[in-house]
Amino acid sequence: MEKGTLKVKAGLAQMLKGGVIMDVTSPEQAKIAEEAGAVSVMALERIPADIRATGGVARMTDPEIILKIMDTVSIPVMAKVRIGHFAEAQILEAIGIDYIDESEVLTPADEKYHINKWDFKVPFVCGATNLGEALRRIGEGAAMIRTKGEAGTGDVIEAVKHMRSIKDEIVRISSLPKEELMTVAKELGAPYDLILYVYKNKKLPVVNFSAGGIATPADAAMIMQLGAEGIFVGSGIFKSENPLKMACAIVEATTHYNNPEVLAKVSRGLGSPMSGIAVSELTKEKIISNRGW
Amino acid sequence: MSIKVGVLSLQGAFKEHISRLKECGISAAEVKFPEQFKDIDGLIIPGGESTTINKLLEKYKFKESLDKFYRDKNPIFGTCAGLILLAKNIEGEGRGLGYIDIDVQRNAYGRQIESFEELLDIRLDNNQNGGKFKSIFIRAPKILNVGKKVRILGKFKEDIVLVRDNNVMASTFHPELTCDLRIHQYFINMIKNIKGDN
Repeated sequence: MEKGTLKVKAGLAQMLKGGVIMDVTSPEQAKIAEEAGAVSVMALERIPADIRATGGVARMTDPEIILKIMDTVSIPVMAKVRIGHFAEAQILEAIGIDYIDESEVLTPADEKYHINKWDFKVPFVCGATNLGEALRRIGEGAAMIRTKGEAGTGDVIEAVKHMRSIKDEIVRISSLPKEELMTVAKELGAPYDLILYVYKNKKLPVVNFSAGGIATPADAAMIMQLGAEGIFVGSGIFKSENPLKMACAIVEATTHYNNPEVLAKVSRGLGSPMSGIAVSELTKEKIISNRGW
Repeated sequence: MSIKVGVLSLQGAFKEHISRLKECGISAAEVKFPEQFKDIDGLIIPGGESTTINKLLEKYKFKESLDKFYRDKNPIFGTCAGLILLAKNIEGEGRGLGYIDIDVQRNAYGRQIESFEELLDIRLDNNQNGGKFKSIFIRAPKILNVGKKVRILGKFKEDIVLVRDNNVMASTFHPELTCDLRIHQYFINMIKNIKGDN
């Protein structure tokens, strides 16, 4: 009996596909998310929009809060650690979290190195803005990727940009002559064996979700049509006027992402989505997706 | 005879099942609405989050068509979350669809960190296609009790992990996550035999 193998870690992400992972800050919110059909919840002290608004250092959530959420729902529970903060990850593994998000949404703990995720039995999901970044994280042991988008904005533009970028690079690599692949590995700063995998299989070796800025059923459908295998919704649900209704609608839109009739039906009468901030209005220091490398 | 297998595609690892079926040379289709049952000869309910899949089954009013599909003796195969949905009884939660006479417990091995892979002995019909099978268990359920008519096709230590009750088959692990096609092939043969008799 082997535990913590890549097959088992990546396998859980495969089971989450076609689903919505929702940010929650309390057992009550976790219950609403589960009720709405979330495949998993991300347990947080503050949702990204509030982290943005409050500023200061954003750290791993108090395990007490996470444990209460784990006790409340039967779906898997994820939680975030700061980039490079392996001790926070050790703590989350010790409390039995189902997935760790090494996340740019929290304040990075290490400016040079991400966590060596092979050291852990618990699986990790990591953010990426392009193919090279995704493959570096997978090289470090990530069992799931999510495009970063721009968390806490409710603006989908960065999520779209990152998903398109990964997809375009995959198409490009798989059409190249094989002798060019080592140079591509050098240019992208990605492990050669993973470049080879992408070349042969025309996809990432692990599941790829989309995150950061998805706020409506239409956003969810768009990013799924662009090739996301599932989505993370952070502030989009509990910053909207009617969280349960919005959550249900985004779940349905993710299942029926290519069916405009269903999308039209679920998009009606949801109340106001989160108000949000346009990414174009953010100053450079406020951009979160630049964190990590 | 040519058959078409549907894979319930509301959430979860449905693409993996479709790939395995195609590798077996069988035509496979995503099932997202109850009307689609009329076009298929057998159904796979994939792994995923059973609570999510169940909510979408209710929302899109699958129950009636699914019951009819089952009553008309069409073969159904559920893996992990699919097994939970097919079970007669879910520990602490009450009745499932009840197409297979088993009691199950959700997440019975513990949280994700307890998920594992293991080479299992499986015993398909007449000991053919038996032998070792690489099995992936992810936040897997356990079968607590089986009815008298349920055939046990695979065990992990004392735990029953692969069962068949007439036309319904279920596993607590994920044959769709490995490249070994024997269990899918077994299900396909089951469809062919049953459909051939009609």
